[in-house]
Amino acid sequence: MFPANFGYVAARSVEEATELLAKYGEEAKLLAGGHSLIPAMKLRLASPRHLIDLGRVPGLSGIKVDGETLSIGALTVHADVASSDLARHRLPGLAEAASVIGDVQVRNRGTIGGSVAHADPAADFPVILTALDASFVLQGRFGRRTVAAPDFFLDFYTTALAPDEVLTEIRVPLPSSGSGTAYAKLPHPASGYVVVSAAALVVRDPSGRCVSAAVAIGGMGSRPQRAAATEASLHGQPLTPEVIAAAAAKASEGTDPESDLYASADYKRHIATVYARQAIETAASRK
Amino acid sequence: MTTQRAPSGLIGASIRRVEDPLLVTGKGCYVDDIQLPGMLHIAFLRSPYPHAKIISIDTAAAKAMPGVVAVLTGDDLSEHLKVPVPSIVRGMKIPPQPVLARGAVHAAGAPVAVVAAESRALAEDATSAIEVEYESLPAVADAEKALEPGAPLAHEEFDSNVCYTVTKKGGDVDQAFAAAEHVVRMHIASPRLVAMALEPRGVLASPEPMGQGLTVWLSTQGPHRARADLATGLGFPEHKIRVIAPDIGGAFGSKGPLYREYIVAAHLALKLGRPVKWISTRSEDFLTTNQGRDQAMTSELALKRDGTMIGLKVRVAANLGAYLQSNTAGPPQRMMAMAPGCYQIRNCHVEVVAVFTNTVSTGPYRGAGRPESVLNIERLVDKAAADLGIDRLEIRRKNFIRPEQFPYKTGVGVEYDSGDYGRSLDEALRLSNYDELIRQRDQARKRGELVGVGISTFVEPSGGAGFESGAVRVERTGVITVLTGSSSHGQGHETAFAQVAAEKLRVSMDQVAIRHGDTLAVQQGVGTFGSRSAVMGGGALAVAVDRIVEKARRIAAHLLEAAPEDIVQADGGFAVTGVPEKKVTWRQVAGAAYGRLPKGMEPGLQETVFFDPKREAWGFGAHVALVRIDRETGSPTLEKLVLVDDCGVIINPMLVEGQVHGGVAQGLGEAFREQMLYGDDGEALTGSLMNYAVPRASDMPPLVLGETVTPNPFHPLGVKGVGEAGCNGAPPAVANAVMDALAPLGIDHIDMPYTAPKLWEAIRQAESKKRS
Amino acid sequence: MNDERITVGITVNGVTHRAVVEPRTLLVYFLREQLGLTGTHVGCDTSQCGACTVHLNGRAVKSCTIFAVQADGAEITTIEGLARDSALHPVQEGFREKHGLQCGYCTPGMIMSAVHLLQANPRPTDAEIKHALEGNICRCTGYVNIVEAVKWAAERMRGDHVSR
Repeated sequence: MFPANFGYVAARSVEEATELLAKYGEEAKLLAGGHSLIPAMKLRLASPRHLIDLGRVPGLSGIKVDGETLSIGALTVHADVASSDLARHRLPGLAEAASVIGDVQVRNRGTIGGSVAHADPAADFPVILTALDASFVLQGRFGRRTVAAPDFFLDFYTTALAPDEVLTEIRVPLPSSGSGTAYAKLPHPASGYVVVSAAALVVRDPSGRCVSAAVAIGGMGSRPQRAAATEASLHGQPLTPEVIAAAAAKASEGTDPESDLYASADYKRHIATVYARQAIETAASRK
Repeated sequence: MTTQRAPSGLIGASIRRVEDPLLVTGKGCYVDDIQLPGMLHIAFLRSPYPHAKIISIDTAAAKAMPGVVAVLTGDDLSEHLKVPVPSIVRGMKIPPQPVLARGAVHAAGAPVAVVAAESRALAEDATSAIEVEYESLPAVADAEKALEPGAPLAHEEFDSNVCYTVTKKGGDVDQAFAAAEHVVRMHIASPRLVAMALEPRGVLASPEPMGQGLTVWLSTQGPHRARADLATGLGFPEHKIRVIAPDIGGAFGSKGPLYREYIVAAHLALKLGRPVKWISTRSEDFLTTNQGRDQAMTSELALKRDGTMIGLKVRVAANLGAYLQSNTAGPPQRMMAMAPGCYQIRNCHVEVVAVFTNTVSTGPYRGAGRPESVLNIERLVDKAAADLGIDRLEIRRKNFIRPEQFPYKTGVGVEYDSGDYGRSLDEALRLSNYDELIRQRDQARKRGELVGVGISTFVEPSGGAGFESGAVRVERTGVITVLTGSSSHGQGHETAFAQVAAEKLRVSMDQVAIRHGDTLAVQQGVGTFGSRSAVMGGGALAVAVDRIVEKARRIAAHLLEAAPEDIVQADGGFAVTGVPEKKVTWRQVAGAAYGRLPKGMEPGLQETVFFDPKREAWGFGAHVALVRIDRETGSPTLEKLVLVDDCGVIINPMLVEGQVHGGVAQGLGEAFREQMLYGDDGEALTGSLMNYAVPRASDMPPLVLGETVTPNPFHPLGVKGVGEAGCNGAPPAVANAVMDALAPLGIDHIDMPYTAPKLWEAIRQAESKKRS
Repeated sequence: MNDERITVGITVNGVTHRAVVEPRTLLVYFLREQLGLTGTHVGCDTSQCGACTVHLNGRAVKSCTIFAVQADGAEITTIEGLARDSALHPVQEGFREKHGLQCGYCTPGMIMSAVHLLQANPRPTDAEIKHALEGNICRCTGYVNIVEAVKWAAERMRGDHVSR
């Protein structure tokens, strides 16, 4: 399996990458870790005429705290998110999601920016980032803008990125103390991609009552979905197993998953409630 | 573990493998590792349609592309180029087997055109520039549906989809069923599986000038048979072809036949006068390499009320796929020959209907009919026990062929050599702490949990399928070269055979080299499949060594000036009996053999044996599984798996364990996750590792291995095969455990694989049925 | 069709190679066909099997899913670079000692993944070993003896084994 040939440019800066994107238009693709793009190119499902490699652009990887936000460079590989002390202590659900993507080798090479820009509905990061209310920094030729998750993930493999924009940074609000995050996933037995997954952020008051909750479900449609009914059921309630179970039971409301070779739509709707419960329970147990 | 052992303790010792130093350092040599000067690469354009007429093919653009040397379609090739298929059943239909499609395609993945180019990438580039116009035809994928009246025809030139029907009968089945006090009826289907040897198939063909010869490196299980088939398929003389099987990255049956791509590569090498290489991609492998299983059994077991089995009827619809490979027709026959399993069932009627469909060819895949057969009888027996309210151990023990009945001719006319099935079962029960498992299950059941214990007891025929060869040559310096016709693809022949030769010759293992896999070096041979190597290759070797020792004894007698009957084997050579200091080494014996010998003695010290015991070796075993199913998610967990296998005398326990582990992993793949799926129209739905799930490290449960040893009385080493034990016994044990777990819900039977969504659906349906 | 060629400098097993490649050349084919390091294998085309695993700047990666141009300036270790002065790496030795291989095709990738694990975690549990090998498929061994091999090697590398 060999990709069709292409022209290769290693961009030296984000500005250069945006210029090149503008120049080549639809014939160009950005290359980060390549773990979504290269497999598609090998199967000749994608045959871009030009690849603009971001791998040598300085400053695009790394995790740091920026005020009340965790800033993750778009070229940060999954393994670094999974092992980051910052992520593990402040946003364990994010580290958890990173740690269950693909396999060791994939996590050593695949990047968070590449994953979210690809917007595969069976990917892990979009789900947790939706629950965490992350935003995405997009750099175009004429400026930069920041887009919130619900406005970023638009459809199957479709994001808010304009053709000449580069995703440079993922910004995740650091939850206040007393909150917990978690991610739970049913992986496909062959591909390891998401069959169904759930991400949760719960914020508690000192008495343990839920002040707010964000629950996102993956694998149930063209993009991650917030489980609004579940969130509403948690609001203001003590986070007992019964409350969590009752809330999680509503996690599939409003979803319309498709049956596939592995799992029926019914199974997905059912299993989403199971994983939502797990994610909420784990999040609620985290300090 | 060690390699330095007294020669006398070699057979039965866990010796580290001779093969490994090269393989762990990346110095192995697989077909794709070979690069020859001037080598061309070929790529195939394959049909996206399961069944279609080819209206037109336009190769002009591809031919004009850079680096392209040749583009050929079926019409460009002589019709003499074809995949040779033996007619193993009288009257079986053999469809046209052109190496490139001519006029029509009958399976997705059928090769329509080939490009030869200076690099693989350029060859692939050019295939995408070939334009083909197809007219889609109705297609059929499921064997039972293909037998229904009015089903689409997989091959338009035949009047039905039946390739052949064969029947095996014994006793009086009608009378048995008339006399039955209970009849169990089941429909049991084994999933279609992909062998998924990690090394995809490949070939490198290198011509000599002026058509003088052809050297072919091939990822094959049997270089000699491949050579003969290549000669036939290509129309090139066998004696001018050299086939080399270098290191082979796994096969499991799938690399037995000579595939059409190999004929195309060899043809192009001869035609273009340059070496030609083809290496399958994994995606191609999913569409072109023989797949396994896919037999659907409609079965009836007739019993007395006390559990005595008196009659068995099985009708098998075996899915052959679209095209026949040389061994496609084999597994259904194997299924028949062991239908009664380890039970005395005198009255049998087994019918196999082998069916063409518009899918990938099937053929032997680890087990090759055995797992289907074991699954069938073991599910029937468990259901019979449940129906009659008899304990499943008791019903098995009651019907087992007893040790004193061997050799035993079964109800389908096959003779088993030896066995002690009760002992094997007892050992499995002991190792699994069976009573405790049952207690745990019953307690869990009281808590509403779904826990089941399953058993399988089974036979595992091995060897057979003709002869195998072995040659032993004592070289001039007294070291030993063994040439075996049994070609390894990971089993460890170089180690196990060296153990046998060294022990029997009383030399250290490093004095013995095992050579295989090269038709130039090795006498005619057959190859490795069907758990046959230890039995057939080992048998040939053992007999050849015995003959060498006899000749060497006479030479030693001459050298030691003693009578041959006074010469005994000693470490490193021979001695005079009772006078251990009067001895000669193998070096001295060889020196004489190739030097001065008395009149009447033929020079040389080499023996070649073609071994055919005219019977198979019947290993057996008993497996016990404990399965827990999560009621909420349907997710099954195999909490315990105990495997007791009896393969007669063991040459190298470490290698035997390795074979069992590997077979079990594939068996558990079948039980829990693997299934090649086709749409009703023949479209391959699981054509890559993205949707076909093979077991990973964390999918393996803890295994407990045990053994009994019942030596094969008809074999010079007492051995039986073991390569397929794991995939024969484990899936039915798991199936019986899963059904045991679901029994409280009134679920009767579910076909493998037991995925969580499938079990959840079954549980949900059973629960809603209970409620209503 | 683009026929651009690019010069790369890639250090493989301590030796820096300057070579001209097509942009589409995957690292695994660069290693196998341009450098003749055929110990790194190709077992699939969907980044699943791990037979092509090498270390890139010290991390286990799938060389079938990296273009050679992306590895320009990188340090690569392949299976051929593990044994030092003709002594096997303990993981290689462990695979031999514990029968962690049969056909040998997955073995180089499996060993490279295991070495990567043991560099970070010298005392892995069985579960951690299995987890670390999730990106490598073996079809012969059932993984049982691979896990044993890695444990054996871990013990050797920690130096707390009892010599036999």
